Amino acid sequence: MNRNQKIFSQFGICIICISVIGILINNLTINLIRTGLGFNFSWIFKPASFALAEHVLPYSSSDSYAWALFIGWLNSLKVIISSLLLATCLGTLIGFARTGKNSLLGLFSAGYITIIRQTPLLLQLMFWYFVGFLGLKNNMFFHIKNIFKISNQGIEFLGLTLSSEFSALLFGLSIFTSAYIAEVIRGGILSVSRGQWEAFRSLGLSERKGLLKIIIPQALPAIIPGLTSQYLNLAKNSTLAIAVGYSDIYAINDTIINQTGRAIECFLILLTSFLLLNLLISNSMETINKIIINSRKYN
Amino acid sequence: MKQPIVIAKNLTKSYTKGLRALDNVSLTVNQGKVLVVMGPSGSGKSTLIRTFNGLETFDRGELNVLGIKIDSTHDERQIQRIRRRVGMVFQQFNLFPHLSILENITLAPINVQKRRQIDAEEYAMYLLNQMGIDSHANKYPSQLSGGEQQRVAIARALALKPELLLFDEPTSALDPERINEVLDAIRRLAEQGMTMVVVTHEVGFAKDVSDQVLFMDSGKVIEKSTPDIFFSNARHERSRKFLNQLDKHS
Repeated sequence: MNRNQKIFSQFGICIICISVIGILINNLTINLIRTGLGFNFSWIFKPASFALAEHVLPYSSSDSYAWALFIGWLNSLKVIISSLLLATCLGTLIGFARTGKNSLLGLFSAGYITIIRQTPLLLQLMFWYFVGFLGLKNNMFFHIKNIFKISNQGIEFLGLTLSSEFSALLFGLSIFTSAYIAEVIRGGILSVSRGQWEAFRSLGLSERKGLLKIIIPQALPAIIPGLTSQYLNLAKNSTLAIAVGYSDIYAINDTIINQTGRAIECFLILLTSFLLLNLLISNSMETINKIIINSRKYN
Repeated sequence: MKQPIVIAKNLTKSYTKGLRALDNVSLTVNQGKVLVVMGPSGSGKSTLIRTFNGLETFDRGELNVLGIKIDSTHDERQIQRIRRRVGMVFQQFNLFPHLSILENITLAPINVQKRRQIDAEEYAMYLLNQMGIDSHANKYPSQLSGGEQQRVAIARALALKPELLLFDEPTSALDPERINEVLDAIRRLAEQGMTMVVVTHEVGFAKDVSDQVLFMDSGKVIEKSTPDIFFSNARHERSRKFLNQLDKHS
């Protein structure tokens, strides 16, 4: 392609993009005029007048929509952060088991990864909610002297109560993501050459010490980018909370759209909050990656 | 009193399809002696010396290294005991790229033998000095030439004060002009009376350093001779053919 053709084709692409955006704005304006709502955020300080089963901070139905959204955002954050931690621990364990010497553990983890990755997340969430928690009998399924209790009301542990909705979401997201994290960890470990394993073994180092001091430090640069994208996926997947009735930001947005008809404003809020959240996740991971690379004195 | 350091009896390792990496290999290495293992690639010589420190398993036979017995069940604890007393040097050096030269050498003394860092470092510096590379102590492996890296690997293997050293083609990955510095280091160890098993293709070096030469082909020991006999008047047709080929290439 010569220079003129390039300029021409780029100009063409620009025109197409601008036209598409123009059509969308036009449609939006026409629809806004038809509904007679206009585009504004003044409704956000009116009372929400709906109840929330779960709230980290005090909330009542007379509080504003803005406060309800904020509570939803906190609920999302709560489930994302706890799933992220649980998925990382679980994924790391499974990943190591998959690469380890023990063939029974290897087989188990391979099976785990296969089953979890070949079934839809929505199905898994439903399973944990309806079969895992609501399916439990007698309000009391399993308990150890009132310290740890699992029932159809959720999980109770030393006075900390997790609702069955939250627990199902936590289990579903963590287990689903852990299978992917396990594969990321496995890939990272396999990226370290066999010679490194043989070298530490020949020096009499135990498998545990060798992993800790030789293999993991060299595997980390290969693990972090994959881990970041799994974390971002987890954050986005958390919007499936609506399926089990957990009041995350997406579910609350949905309720507000039904009540007020402010779909555009609500989606803008939703988009912005997820954009900010995921930027936060990817930037933190990028920082961790930079620290690891800078602390490396070799190339 | 020369005690046997390694006694192998009928070591056999099969792959699927009946292919044998090791076929009834028996041998003895006495204290202070150097055994050189030669043979074409794929003859099982690397596999053989890797069984001595448990990096490779075998299906039948018995192995006695420094009085510690291992058989086809490969008891982890016994293997670990052997590894603490046997050093190994690899073809690809296998230094730890994220650790400095000094850390590469002190890793095992500190973590396996629980020695104090100061003592371990002092001994590491002594070893680096012996290898003529003490000025590189704080560098990283990637900053060193192949020959220097391999000498670090020898120092690392020596750090645990091993009673047996295994060399798996220590010069095969080196530039020709870097080979001698590594061979000289191994020669000096032989003069100091270190018991060694060396897999190599370097005929001149093998002649100088070995007390016995083991020639292998397709997993079998074809010939076990002193270097005088092996290099001037090998008993077997297969050995003579192999040596001729080596001559042509060098």
